[in-house]
Amino acid sequence: MRQIVAWFVLITLVAFLVAGALLMHPFGYPPSDMDDYMIANSQAETANNNVVAAVLFDYRGLDTLGEATVLFTAVTGVLLLFRALKKREKKT
Amino acid sequence: MMQYIPYNIPFIAVALLVGIALFIIIFKRNLIKIVMGIAILEAGVNLFLVTLGYRAGGVAPIYTMTPEGAMVLPVPQALTLTSIVIGVSVIALMLTMVMHTYRHMGDIDARKSRLLKG
Amino acid sequence: MLSKIVRTISNQLILFVLVFGLYIIMHGHVTPGGGFQGGAVIASGVVMMIVAFGSGEIKKSLRESHLSVIESGGALIFIGMAFAGMGTVFFYNFLVGTPVFGGIPPTGPNPGHVWTGGVIPIMNFGVGLKVIAGLSAIVLAMALFSSGEEMEE
Repeated sequence: MRQIVAWFVLITLVAFLVAGALLMHPFGYPPSDMDDYMIANSQAETANNNVVAAVLFDYRGLDTLGEATVLFTAVTGVLLLFRALKKREKKT
Repeated sequence: MMQYIPYNIPFIAVALLVGIALFIIIFKRNLIKIVMGIAILEAGVNLFLVTLGYRAGGVAPIYTMTPEGAMVLPVPQALTLTSIVIGVSVIALMLTMVMHTYRHMGDIDARKSRLLKG
Repeated sequence: MLSKIVRTISNQLILFVLVFGLYIIMHGHVTPGGGFQGGAVIASGVVMMIVAFGSGEIKKSLRESHLSVIESGGALIFIGMAFAGMGTVFFYNFLVGTPVFGGIPPTGPNPGHVWTGGVIPIMNFGVGLKVIAGLSAIVLAMALFSSGEEMEE
């Protein structure tokens, strides 16, 4: 019984994905209004030759702040989990 | 719609990758194989983000000694960098929990993990 | 601990990996690269040393308190540069035009100048330190847990 429901769910999801892939825009011509402004005005406003670094740290800096927080939380979680196991093994 | 099929091959490759990853997550029992399925899912999403912003005959969006041609869109590349780092953090935390489960139970099987309630 | 040939070659090879990673971090505003990519390169060099020498040897040089100080320092540099431009908005680029890191490059393709970029090279340095310390601490904790039963203080 569970096998039949699992196969049904999988085939429905893959059918939706393939239908979405065939209905997207043609491959080499994306719609771009915001990026044309960023390519044209990036050297005058941010004084930078690298447009990707200017987008990451100047135009969209809050996303980089959120990612630094996620990295910090993951390192704290890993080091905390490895300390709790040692203390429990040494007590018992 | 039928005339776009020879040129939309990268999007069909993304659908294939996500389909294989969903098959692994639903049908396999070993915990390490489920973690590998989640890693393949992250790779498929990163490929989708990069191929969304490609211009035909494009070069990298950097102004130092550029060759001739139009520039590729820079915003999807910045989003892909963030997504890769978040994927690394999630996989590190999952592998830590798999190691703890093996130390407690002595066997990694996803159907027997309900015995850890206590 | 692996054989003597692997240990000798790893000793000579770690210097080139460190110089290459620092070059990618510091020139992040002229060439492709930046903070995250250079930090990943140097962290892979540290993983090579852990595989060649064993985690017991590396534990005597890289203590956990030193790594946590480096990571917190990198995060504080990043947040400090964001708060320093608080006169206008939160992430304002206040060093454009001043002689420290200002200097506007000419429009169009050009050979790159190093003293441009505003606040961005300092933020690259902070994020690079954070990624190096974070990834090295994760791999060192996993290697110590699975091989010997040493306590990581």
